[in-house]
Amino acid sequence: MAKTLNGERAAATSARSLFDKIWEAHEVSDGILYVDLHLVHEVTSPQAFESLRIAGRPARRPDRTLATADHNVPTDGSTTARQIRDQLSRVQVETLERNCAEFAVPLYSIGSARQGIVHVIGPELGVTQPGMTIVCGDSHTSTHGAFGALAFGIGTSEVEHVLATQTLQQRKPKSMRVRYEGELGYGVTAKDLILGTIGRVGVDGGVGHVIEYAGPPIERLSMEGRMTVCNMTIEGGGRAGMIAPDDTTFEWVDGREAAPEPLPLDAWRELHTDDGAPFDKEVLIDASALSPQVTWGTTPGMVVDVTSEVPEPRSEGDTRALEYMELEPGTAISEIRLDRVFIGSCTNSRIGDLREAAEVVRGRRVAAGLDAMVVPGSQQVKAQAEAEGLHEVFRAAGFDWRSAGCSMCLGMNPDIAAPGERVASTSNRNFEGRQGRGARSHLVSPRMAAAAAIEGHFVDIREWE
Amino acid sequence: MRAVTVIEGAISALPRHDVDTDQIIPKQFLKRVERSGFGEFLFHDWSKEPGWDLPPNPILVTGRNFGCGSSREHAPWALEDYGFRAIIAPSFADIFHSNCCKIGLLPVALEPHEVEEVMRAGEARIDLHQQRVTWPGGQASFEIHGETKRRLIGGLDDIGVTLQEAEAIERYEAERERVGPVTTELGAA
Repeated sequence: MAKTLNGERAAATSARSLFDKIWEAHEVSDGILYVDLHLVHEVTSPQAFESLRIAGRPARRPDRTLATADHNVPTDGSTTARQIRDQLSRVQVETLERNCAEFAVPLYSIGSARQGIVHVIGPELGVTQPGMTIVCGDSHTSTHGAFGALAFGIGTSEVEHVLATQTLQQRKPKSMRVRYEGELGYGVTAKDLILGTIGRVGVDGGVGHVIEYAGPPIERLSMEGRMTVCNMTIEGGGRAGMIAPDDTTFEWVDGREAAPEPLPLDAWRELHTDDGAPFDKEVLIDASALSPQVTWGTTPGMVVDVTSEVPEPRSEGDTRALEYMELEPGTAISEIRLDRVFIGSCTNSRIGDLREAAEVVRGRRVAAGLDAMVVPGSQQVKAQAEAEGLHEVFRAAGFDWRSAGCSMCLGMNPDIAAPGERVASTSNRNFEGRQGRGARSHLVSPRMAAAAAIEGHFVDIREWE
Repeated sequence: MRAVTVIEGAISALPRHDVDTDQIIPKQFLKRVERSGFGEFLFHDWSKEPGWDLPPNPILVTGRNFGCGSSREHAPWALEDYGFRAIIAPSFADIFHSNCCKIGLLPVALEPHEVEEVMRAGEARIDLHQQRVTWPGGQASFEIHGETKRRLIGGLDDIGVTLQEAEAIERYEAERERVGPVTTELGAA
């Protein structure tokens, strides 16, 4: 039995968490978990399909599988795999196309009006729904937990396992609840909430746990904001992140192509943590105390308030990070000058993110000598943004307006930062070399990235407008 | 999968915490569609640092939260292809740990002071049956889930094992599977 926050033993109870409910509904037998939706992309699937082929095994449930090409896709508007210049990237996308055809898996590849980052298109098509189990060979699968689903990343051997059996061998992880109180201040966003959380619990604070985010500040977030929070669960080591679905969720899902008609609201309203349900670990965070966040180092946990300075190193890892980032302790965050700004990735590339960034840059110009780009998360997001005229706002300000893909989040495509370049990025990882060998990444919210693009250095968005 | 029983020999020490999978195998090497040949790219950027010394011994000994970051199984593939058979660390990232177990690269979690002792000793012997690590001057036991241990020792094919439960899966699909979404009914575009 779990210890609660105040150290009391929870009474013997049948109260269950949201996680317990979804887990139990998907237990096929001891240690085997049924998968409702398997999302597939080109990087982590080729070896899985190849092994199936060698073993003569079919894909068990193509109707519960959906594929797209995102990591390798150039964002220059190419519409066929043939146009991808990098030979290995081209082969990987073509291999996905061939595998999906052979195994009858539905695919939105490059050129499709529905192509996009796998964690953007799942929700937008309505295939991501409350109460589901969702897996993908990608650690940011935790994104889908924003809908009250149990969603987590798996490796290629498990991709093959799910393709063959529609199940996973899983032991139940521990549970953790991060509860927020108070209210996010003006200019403080979901991105700051999750960066601030990782800064407090550490990059391994969630290891072995499924995390439920709860409390009024979470309930007030839009679905885009909730996706941002759940997306970065893995950066705190969590197995999955989830948020109980509510009216905000139901309204967002309603009417999307794959959404049920009518929505099964009675069942979906049961998807919440019962009062008194025990958790293995609980954390309480005052959202009111959070400022806009900026990472200074090479893990997402190396993060400070924008009003703060680059900290003194407290470990060898810190010293190493400062060296890599070429930063001196005591430097004000607002004095850090930037070469590039990247707005995109599965963390922050949805229409709400782009609207927020566009509001900041409207009528302004990107700082001289700075490269700034906006990469919509999906072709549908791109079309929506263009319908609203956001692309004109960005272009007029000097931003490069691109097509959908993972882009500069991870540099598996032509969008790569040069060695030594300093990037303000709305993505999720500031690891060494992540955005390009020798590139220096600072993770921030879309608003903070947009304002930094205008000024050429970080600014406190709360003071700036 | 190769069966795992006893792994012994010299260790290679990488005394860093939070080593992420982008360092283990940078993204530019994830474009291959094969499962083999990743070893030569292991720690591609770090291996160019002066003083880097990580010989392909049977056992890698490293810091906490090893393998954090992406779900890329290419990371364990690269470590295994390079020559490692086991990794000793105070803790591992979840997906990385799972991926290692799937391919027979044994992850062994020990207490931080024990990890340091193994680093200093320079060699070790890991007995999976006994769940015990011994090194000159010390020893420690480690935890591993019984089912994972059984599969590693037997070198079992996970899918084959699960398909022994095919009836249970069929029963689940017939009686309890949720309605939709049906991806094959989505419009083409």
